Amino acid sequence: MAEPEVTAEEHGGGHGAHHAPTGFVRKYIFSIDHKVIGIQYLLLALFSVVLGMIMSVLMRMKMTWPDHAWPLLGTLFPEGAPGGVMTPEFYLSLVTMHGTMMVFFVLTTAPQGGFGNYFLPIQIGADDMAFPVLNMLSFWTTLLGLMVLVSAIFASGGSVIGPTGGWTGYPPLSAVGHLLNVPGQGMGVNLWIISIAIFCIASLLGALNFIVTLLNLRTKGMSLMRMPLTCWAWFTTAVLALLSFPVLLAAGVLLFLDHNAGTSFFVPGGLSNGTTVLDHSGGSPILWQHLFWFFGHPEVYIAILPGMGATSHILSTFARKPIFGYRAMVFAMFAIGLLGFFVWGHHMFISGMSPLTGAAFSVLTLSIGVPSAIKTFNWLGTLWGARIRFHTPMLFALGFVSLFVAGGITGLVLGQSSLDLSMHDTYFVLGHFHLVMGVAAIFGMFAGTYFWFPKMFGRKMNETLGKIHFWPTFIGVYSIFIPMHLMGLVGMPRRYSQFYEVLGGKLTWIYNFNSPTYPLIQFVTWAAIITVSAQSLFIINFFWSMFKGEKASDNPWEATTLEWITATPPPHDNFGGRVPVVYRGAYEFGVPGAPEDYVMQTTPDETGPNVAYAGEADVQGRGSSNVHDAHG
Amino acid sequence: MGRALAVFLWVMTGLSVWMFLSGRWWFPRAISEHGPAYDQQFLLTIIVVGVAFAAAQIALGYAVWRFADTGQATRAVYSHGNNRMEILWTIITAAIFITLALLGQRVWWGLHMTEAPPGSAQVHVVAQQFQWNFHYPGPDHVFGRTRPEKISDETINYIGLDSDDPASKDDTVTQTLVTKADAPVQLILNSRDVTHSFWVPQLRFKQDAVPGLDVKVHFTPKVVGQYEIACAELCGQQHYKMRAYMLVLPADEYDELVAMSQADFNKRVTELVKKYPLNTNF
Repeated sequence: MAEPEVTAEEHGGGHGAHHAPTGFVRKYIFSIDHKVIGIQYLLLALFSVVLGMIMSVLMRMKMTWPDHAWPLLGTLFPEGAPGGVMTPEFYLSLVTMHGTMMVFFVLTTAPQGGFGNYFLPIQIGADDMAFPVLNMLSFWTTLLGLMVLVSAIFASGGSVIGPTGGWTGYPPLSAVGHLLNVPGQGMGVNLWIISIAIFCIASLLGALNFIVTLLNLRTKGMSLMRMPLTCWAWFTTAVLALLSFPVLLAAGVLLFLDHNAGTSFFVPGGLSNGTTVLDHSGGSPILWQHLFWFFGHPEVYIAILPGMGATSHILSTFARKPIFGYRAMVFAMFAIGLLGFFVWGHHMFISGMSPLTGAAFSVLTLSIGVPSAIKTFNWLGTLWGARIRFHTPMLFALGFVSLFVAGGITGLVLGQSSLDLSMHDTYFVLGHFHLVMGVAAIFGMFAGTYFWFPKMFGRKMNETLGKIHFWPTFIGVYSIFIPMHLMGLVGMPRRYSQFYEVLGGKLTWIYNFNSPTYPLIQFVTWAAIITVSAQSLFIINFFWSMFKGEKASDNPWEATTLEWITATPPPHDNFGGRVPVVYRGAYEFGVPGAPEDYVMQTTPDETGPNVAYAGEADVQGRGSSNVHDAHG
Repeated sequence: MGRALAVFLWVMTGLSVWMFLSGRWWFPRAISEHGPAYDQQFLLTIIVVGVAFAAAQIALGYAVWRFADTGQATRAVYSHGNNRMEILWTIITAAIFITLALLGQRVWWGLHMTEAPPGSAQVHVVAQQFQWNFHYPGPDHVFGRTRPEKISDETINYIGLDSDDPASKDDTVTQTLVTKADAPVQLILNSRDVTHSFWVPQLRFKQDAVPGLDVKVHFTPKVVGQYEIACAELCGQQHYKMRAYMLVLPADEYDELVAMSQADFNKRVTELVKKYPLNTNF
């Protein structure tokens, strides 16, 4: 590995600080500093999440007041909302763009590209990523992908704001939808596939960089088992991304060819538009589903694992207590990552694939609940006997635990092929995955933002405003997504632009079986509008605190890991020419006999208390850290 | 703040559990043979889910209430974990989850890993944007040949029934699925354009109709009446109203119907739809 060594020499390694670029463009735009790139990723995700949220509110408005005219929408989208009434195809383009924006450009970028980029090198004591130029390229590639996706809003045809086939893009609808006169399935699909393909490449570059950095650039004393759990999470996520994105990339290329070049990877023969038979023949729509979900299920963990890492990190810090079962946490994370590759078929129980395959996937899927439960138990164990400080980051981390349980536990329902006979593609699924990979992951990001903001910008976010932001958000997400489970029981299918018509003040259900859900539909929509509005508190706090917030000390939370030993914000080479040396594990809180209730990872042993620390036990091969268990 | 959070977690847990227990939002009454077994498995699962959910939220609430930093002189408990507890809760959750998974196989295997019982009625289901077509073989019990080139919406030949095939002469293609109560029916699902999904909540049954693939499934409806068929796989702009109806008929009326030729068949279906009106009271 020649390059990291060169980097190490250039960037210090005890030979003095290297100099930060001075020009504005090299410093803030085409920067190769992982910290700047991390912030760039976060801003990209912030932009995307705002768009995605607006789309979700528009969707709720359409299904709740399906025939209401919104003059502003009529002005903005004269074809998508003629006279201000949103069309069904406009709704479906919102569905597609909301999903694509959120999954790729929010849930995949912010936790990994954002926080991971900024803090992984610092937490392992490195002065940058292993490949800084590659890092810069992966950000700019991601941005290019986002720009292509945004261009799909304008280039898909006037009646829609993107393709209408959902973020899963099932063919034949996404391959030959244009030949079947489905709006938005022409140029919109092309741009959508290109955007995702570009994103795949960007994620691959990022994943390689994360893996190499973590394995090669750890500072002296930073053994793997002394790493913060955040680093384990980013590492596992990077491995998942490395193995899953290439599959999506390949599938995307094949879909692009089916759509444009007349190939038939996913399109069977004999399709008809009612007058003529299409030329395609020989492909399999189910093949796409296998390829897509082979990526798609690990993607769920790509979204949630960094949140788990951040939550563990923050829980321990504000509980003032070591993480409970560090090793179990690491193994559980790896088990989730590994099993995550063997459960994709649970998205396809109803697809027409072999029922025997479905049976096997069902058992594997419920197995993945075990490491998830282990994590939950360990979080509760961390809180037991703690001295919890309820700062805003902690509130969101606690919210993460609550939401992860609430969303994850219904996987026991959906993982059973039998129960999918009714539950598949209903609002039950919507409630489940939004809670667990949507808002739980977002709560991880909120926790991370409030926690690391002082380090990133030298100022704290406003604590009062942060708490005011927490409450409507936490209450709001439960109000939105718990009722969706009930809608699913009743039978409400997903991706319906409306469930009733309101004409002349009279309400007519399209399907009568949905009629019990009326009060829930209304309630969820209002909850969504209020919850989304409350996010303005976060955005105001974010930008206001950047310039006007209370100045932060180097270690405002009294935390133990390496990002808190350096200046705030950290210098260009992270540690100002010094090389941190690590003496212990990441979560030494409440240490008996120590002068403070926490011991930094860099505190040498002689100044620490006369006890064997967890990390030390690892290094000396004494086996599990649990030998020092106070519970006996 | 810890107490407020605890109270919220407990109230939220109570309200969530209440929403499930209230019975206001539940499955419509099951009408298929496997329906009761499905409902039983769901009930078992949701009880496990509910207990685990409530236990975790209540414990989390307790922890944030009980272990708040109130300026105590003593520090937090210094513990790195407990291997025995790790092993214990791993085994317990694994045992519960795997048991659920195995129990959950029963309905699936009963429906999908067995052949349709001999003598099952057969219906070809051909989905299209945005309607359902049900193809009956007529009195000769032989399905006429279909060919994509023959599909023509203009001449109302939605599934491309080939009139050159003598077996097609007595076939009926209708937009209402007709089945016999207490008798197994085999659906052979296909689509002529994109993927759709056949979904009847009361049947507790859903199956994608995939172009290029004949998906054979079977079930036994039990309760006479009329039910709504929805599409559960995104298929285009009119997906939300790709609606059809399923009639479950008493044996005599069914047998009489399927022996009819096309014109009589469709006329009779229109009458039966009126005779067994849709239940709109949910």
